[in-house]
Amino acid sequence: MKRTIACAIGLVAVALLPSKAAATAYRVVIEDMKFGPTPAALKVGDSIEWVNHDIFRHTATARDGSFAVDLPAGKTGRSVIKHAGKIGFFCRYHPGMTGSLTVSP
Amino acid sequence: MVKSFLAASAFALLALPGATLAQGAAKPSDAQIAHIAYTAGQIDIAAGEQALAKSKNQAVRGFAAEMVRDHKAVNEKALALVKKLGVTPEANPTSKALSSQADQKRAELAKLSGAAFDRVYVANEVAYHRTVNGALKDTLIPSAQNAELKSLLQTGLALFSEHQAHAEHLAASQKK
Repeated sequence: MKRTIACAIGLVAVALLPSKAAATAYRVVIEDMKFGPTPAALKVGDSIEWVNHDIFRHTATARDGSFAVDLPAGKTGRSVIKHAGKIGFFCRYHPGMTGSLTVSP
Repeated sequence: MVKSFLAASAFALLALPGATLAQGAAKPSDAQIAHIAYTAGQIDIAAGEQALAKSKNQAVRGFAAEMVRDHKAVNEKALALVKKLGVTPEANPTSKALSSQADQKRAELAKLSGAAFDRVYVANEVAYHRTVNGALKDTLIPSAQNAELKSLLQTGLALFSEHQAHAEHLAASQKK
């Protein structure tokens, strides 16, 4: 019974989603004190896996506060893109490390 | 001409007040470079630990923690690299001068507390990173023979330039 309800809710949720392509998971690599290339075709709902290949702790912090990922040396973290537009980001510890995302709706 | 003058001044600055490597041997060897770079890192780790023990200012403590963490990471990598390369870091007048200057600064800072400590610590971090970065850029990186050592020094320069900017920003905010 519970399962049927859950299934039904799941179906409704899927049906309510816009008829656009499913969310995509991207990856941005940090190496040698630099953010690598960012994905060109980002959409709201997509996610970014931040991969820190450096021996230093970094962060991927959005200037508008929409994400803030702590990235200890050698670790990864994930953020979901919540809104469209151009979103600048930087490392809180090394603010000269910057980049930006261009997100379509 | 201007460039070589700048290089010479940066290195002389780093070596002050002791004798300089520039007299006699024009270029430091990889073993000497490794010792200078490692010593420079250890000095900033010790300074950061002193700040964490004495300062109550959150911005200063955050900066100091970052210095300890980042410089430890570089020095661990440096130790692993010299071991791999079979290079024994070699003490030299530049690394000795750095250490004795740092001892003096640590003793001076030990007598201070509160905002006075924070100001002198941060001002010294600005000056120290500026000096070390100048030496890395103009002398140590160009002189390094081993490609992996050169690459680690370049990563170090990118990192320490960030530290310099952070320290300058902190120093500017203390004046407000």
